[in-house]
Amino acid sequence: MTWADALNSFRQRDRVFEFLIPEQPPALDLSHNIVLYMEGVSKSFDGFKAINDLNLYIEAGELRCIIGPNGAGKSTMMDIITGRTRPDTGQVWFGQQLNLLEMDEPQIAEAGIGRKFQKPTVFESLTVVQNLELAMAQDRRVWPLLCARLSGEQQDHIDEVLTIVNLGELRHDPAGKLSHGQKQWLEIGMLLMQKPSLLLVDEPVAGMTHQEMERTAELLTSLAGERSVVVVEHDMDFVRSIARTVTVLHQGSVLSEGKMEQVQNDPAVIEVYLGEG
Amino acid sequence: MISSRFIHDDKGGVWFLGILLLIAILVPILNLLVPADSAFHFSTYSVTLLGKYLTYALLAIAADLVWGYLGILSLGHAAFFALGGYAMGMYLMRQIGDRGVYGNPELPDFMVFLNWQELPWFWYGFDMFWFALLMVILVPGVLAYIFGYLAFRSRVSGVYLSIITQALTYALMLAFFRNEMGFGGNNGLTDFKDILGFSLREDSTRIVLFVASALALALGYLASRYIVSSRLGLACVAIRDAESRSRFIGYRVENIKLWVFTFSAVLAGIAGALYVPQVGIINPGEFSPLNSIELIVWVAIGGRATLYGAAAGALLVNYSKSYLTAALPEVWLFALGALFILVTMYLPKGIIGIMRRRGAGA
Ligand SMILES: Nc1ncnc2c1ncn2[C@@H]1O[C@H](COP(=O)(O)OP(=O)(O)OP(=O)(O)O)[C@@H](O)[C@H]1O
Ligand SMILES: [Mg+2]
Repeated sequence: MTWADALNSFRQRDRVFEFLIPEQPPALDLSHNIVLYMEGVSKSFDGFKAINDLNLYIEAGELRCIIGPNGAGKSTMMDIITGRTRPDTGQVWFGQQLNLLEMDEPQIAEAGIGRKFQKPTVFESLTVVQNLELAMAQDRRVWPLLCARLSGEQQDHIDEVLTIVNLGELRHDPAGKLSHGQKQWLEIGMLLMQKPSLLLVDEPVAGMTHQEMERTAELLTSLAGERSVVVVEHDMDFVRSIARTVTVLHQGSVLSEGKMEQVQNDPAVIEVYLGEG
Repeated sequence: MISSRFIHDDKGGVWFLGILLLIAILVPILNLLVPADSAFHFSTYSVTLLGKYLTYALLAIAADLVWGYLGILSLGHAAFFALGGYAMGMYLMRQIGDRGVYGNPELPDFMVFLNWQELPWFWYGFDMFWFALLMVILVPGVLAYIFGYLAFRSRVSGVYLSIITQALTYALMLAFFRNEMGFGGNNGLTDFKDILGFSLREDSTRIVLFVASALALALGYLASRYIVSSRLGLACVAIRDAESRSRFIGYRVENIKLWVFTFSAVLAGIAGALYVPQVGIINPGEFSPLNSIELIVWVAIGGRATLYGAAAGALLVNYSKSYLTAALPEVWLFALGALFILVTMYLPKGIIGIMRRRGAGA
C-alpha cells in the first residue's frame, strides 16, 4: 500500500480501518468430504519412533475407532493433531484449508477440534457446572471473559448436557470429588459444550460400568454424522458395539484398516494384537 | 453492566469490608476528636503504622491474585510496590522545592551533592501530581507487561518463573543503589515536606493518607474480587489447576496470565505510592528479594486464594513483627520461617481456613 492509498483509506468513512478488523482464520472446508488428513507423519522421542510414516484420513461425519496395543502411538497421534506434540515430518490438515502444524493448541481448539484425554483431566477445584461453563463455545478473549454472563440459552445448553452426562445432581460439587467414571462423563460433557466438528476421544470407557459403557456407545454414535468422531479404545466389546471402520495402529503406523470383521480376520492383526488375547 | 452478585455470596469479604469501613471511620475520630490524654486516643504514630500496614495488605491482595488464583508464584512482587513508591517519592521530592539543604529550587539535594547541573529527563513532569499518579500506574504496569509478555509467551512457569522474578527485583535493587541512576542511590528519596501543599507533619494529612489507604484497599479488594468471581476468574483457576488442559479447550493461557499479572502489578504500585508518604522514605532496600518472599509468607499465613485472607495475613504478621522485633529481635526470622512451614504443611488455607472450618463446625 502506498502512502496515498493509506491516506485515502483514512478518508473513507464508510469503512472500518483494516487493522481494526480481527483476523479470521479460514473456516473449516469440507468440500472433499475429508475432515482430517495425516500424511507421512513421523515423530521420534530420543530415537524411538513413536509415530512412523502414519497416513490417516477421517471422513466428515465418520465414527472411526482406533485400536492397537499399548505404546502403538494412539495418544501420540492425538497429541500431534491437537498441537501438543510437533511431528518431525509429515502433513496434518483439518479440512482443506487449515494446516494444523502451523497452529497452537488454543487455535486448534477454537478451529473445532475437541479432545478427551486418556487420563481424565477436569478442573478439580471448580464445580461441575463451572467446568462446563468454561468449556462452552464462546469468545475467550480476556475482556469478554471478564464481562461474560450466562445467557438463558447457554444455561439451557448446560442443563441439557448435564442431563446427557447424568451429573445433574452433582452440578455444584467440585469436580475433584467425582469418581473416575463420573470424571470421564464430565469430560465428555465438556466436549459437548465445545461443539467441536471433530472429537478425539481417548479411552472413554475406562472405569465405567457396563451400563455406562452402553450409554457412551449410544452417545458417540448419535454424535457422528453431524460431527466426526475418532475413538481410541482397548475394550473390544465396546469397539465392536460402535465400530463402522476400524484402524489398527502398530508401532506408529497403520497396520490394517476396514470393517471390524475384516480387520479381525487380518492375519497381521491377529499376530500382533488380537492373537495375544 | 456491573452486577452486585460478585459480592453477595462473599460473606468473608463483606466482613472484611465492614471492618475496614469501621476502622476508616473510628480511627480518625479517635485520633482527631478524642483528647490526647484519654485512654481512647489513637496516636498519630499508630495511625501511620496502621496506614502503612493497610498498604501492605493491598500488596498482599495483589500477590494473592496471581499466586492464589493463577498459580504464578511471583517472588518479585515487592518490585512493583517499590516502583510505585519511587514514582510517588519523585513527586514528593519535587514538592520540597527550594526548602532543601542546598536550597536549589529545581534539583533535589542528592543531585546538587553529585554536582549535577540539570534535572535528568526522566524526572520531568514529576512536579505535577497527576503525572506522578499516572506513572504510579504506568511504570509497574508496563514493566509487568513486558516481563510477562516475554515470560508467559515462552511458557516459563513454576520454579523458573519464581527465580526470574527474584532476579528481576534483585537487578532493580542493584540498579537503584547506583548514584548515577538518578534515584538517590543508597539513601533513596527522603526528607519529604508536603503533598499537594499539605504538610506531611500535620495530623490531618496523616489521617487523609490513612483513609486513602483504607479506601484503596477496599477498592483493590472489590476489583480483585470482581475478577476472581467472573468467568475470567474461573479460567484463572482452571489454568492454575491444569494449564495444558485449558489450552486444549481454547484458552490463550499467556494472554490471561499477562493481563492479570499486569493488573496485579498496578495494584502493587498503588500500594507502594500510598506507603511512601506515610513512612517518609523510599530506598533500594524495598527491592530486596527478601521483601517479596516475606510477602508470600503473609499470603500463605492469611490464606491463599481468599484475597481478604491475604490482607489479614499481612496485618497479622506485621503487627506480630513489630511486637516481636522489639521484644525478641533475634527470634523474628526464625518465628516467621517456622510459621510459614507449619502453615504450608498443615493449613493450606491459612488462618482463614481455620476460621471457615470453625464456622462450618459450629
Ligand atoms: N513425550 C514423550 N516422551 C518420550 N516418549 C514418549 C512421549 N510420549 C509418548 N512416548 C512414547 O511413545 C510411545 C507411544 O505412546 P502412546 O502414549 O502414544 O501409546 P498409546 O498407543 O496411546 O498406548 P496406550 O494404549 O498405553 O495408551 C510409547 O512408547 C511412549 O513411551
Ligand atoms: Mg494412549
